[in-house]
Amino acid sequence: MNNSRSMPLSPHIAIYRWPLSMTLSILHRISGVVLYSGALGLVYWLVALAEGPNAFATAGWFFHSWIGQVFLCLWSLAFFYHLLTGIRHLAWDSGWGFERRAYYFSGWLVVLGTVGLTAATWIFGWLIVGGVL
Amino acid sequence: MVQLRLPQNSRPLKGKTYRVKNATHIKRFRIYRYDPDTDDNPRVDTYEVDRDHCGPRVLDALIKIKNEIDPTLTFRRSCREGVCGSCAMNIGNGAGGTNTLACTTGWEDIKGDVRIYPLPHMPVVKDLVPDLTHFYAQYASIEPWIKTSSPLPSRERKQSPEERARLDGLWECVLCASCSTSCPSYWWNSDRYLGPAVLLQAYRWISDSRDEATGERLDALEDPFKLYRCHTILNCTNTCPKELNPAKAISEIKRLIAKREL
Repeated sequence: MNNSRSMPLSPHIAIYRWPLSMTLSILHRISGVVLYSGALGLVYWLVALAEGPNAFATAGWFFHSWIGQVFLCLWSLAFFYHLLTGIRHLAWDSGWGFERRAYYFSGWLVVLGTVGLTAATWIFGWLIVGGVL
Repeated sequence: MVQLRLPQNSRPLKGKTYRVKNATHIKRFRIYRYDPDTDDNPRVDTYEVDRDHCGPRVLDALIKIKNEIDPTLTFRRSCREGVCGSCAMNIGNGAGGTNTLACTTGWEDIKGDVRIYPLPHMPVVKDLVPDLTHFYAQYASIEPWIKTSSPLPSRERKQSPEERARLDGLWECVLCASCSTSCPSYWWNSDRYLGPAVLLQAYRWISDSRDEATGERLDALEDPFKLYRCHTILNCTNTCPKELNPAKAISEIKRLIAKREL
């Protein structure tokens, strides 16, 4: 055996087939990071509120612009996703939901729940802004 | 540490193609090759196999290739019936692979070309043979034997059927390392994280009614890296060729430690 070079490392993430649970796991972490940046947005909004009417109007303009809306949309998506996967983690920590069928079921439930709750929040918000409710 | 790209010396190159003659039905096997006697990078060779003259399992195909096409192809195998755990490797197709035993996996079930790699994120000795030295050292570190402090009984240590049943789903593990090498947390932290296979084994001894060292075993595992690098990614349970549940075993260890604190 040639010892002049070290053993190569076998391929890993590039060749592995991603199961649902692995995708949801990394998304849990990513949504956590998005929540952090969303919290900065919230702080900006509160600071603007404390600053006075002009600053608050600027903040309002930002959050109503398309980039602000995308930001809020991602933030709400991350919020509901992180909330639901967080509940899933609590169930696991209590010893529930480790059977294959159970964690596939809860995984898809989280996906559907995230989409549903985010959509409901936005529809509700638009109805309020539009004066329907 | 998370490093998504392989080191320069580990990136597989395109390899050779071994064509088959006089075959009407062909299955292609793209297999990771590494020859430690050269300075070349690993490569992926393609072997064409006559479907009509090959046994049904991936291991049958590997043995056929070694016997008839390329005797330098190197892999571990022994029992050919899923009890020794030697032939664990990453098997799949263009959409990616999963870790399993070549002897219990049928190649007919795999769509398109079969791709075979060694167990992921491991040092490679040759071709499909990973270096398991560190994995075995981690196994030894959990002291996988019965430990007692009570005086030696005059007869065997008895176990009720219920106590024995607590070991079901744990004793069947053949230490093939499929689960540990499927775990991203183990990929990035295997220097300190014990990984699902070794933790399932640790739980096997914690669960044994005859063992009297549970407290000591939990003390040894209560560590931010050894145990708590498990983030419930569940690749272990998804991939286990014996259909065991390492993720659940790890969770049970965490709960025993938590209960002890209360």
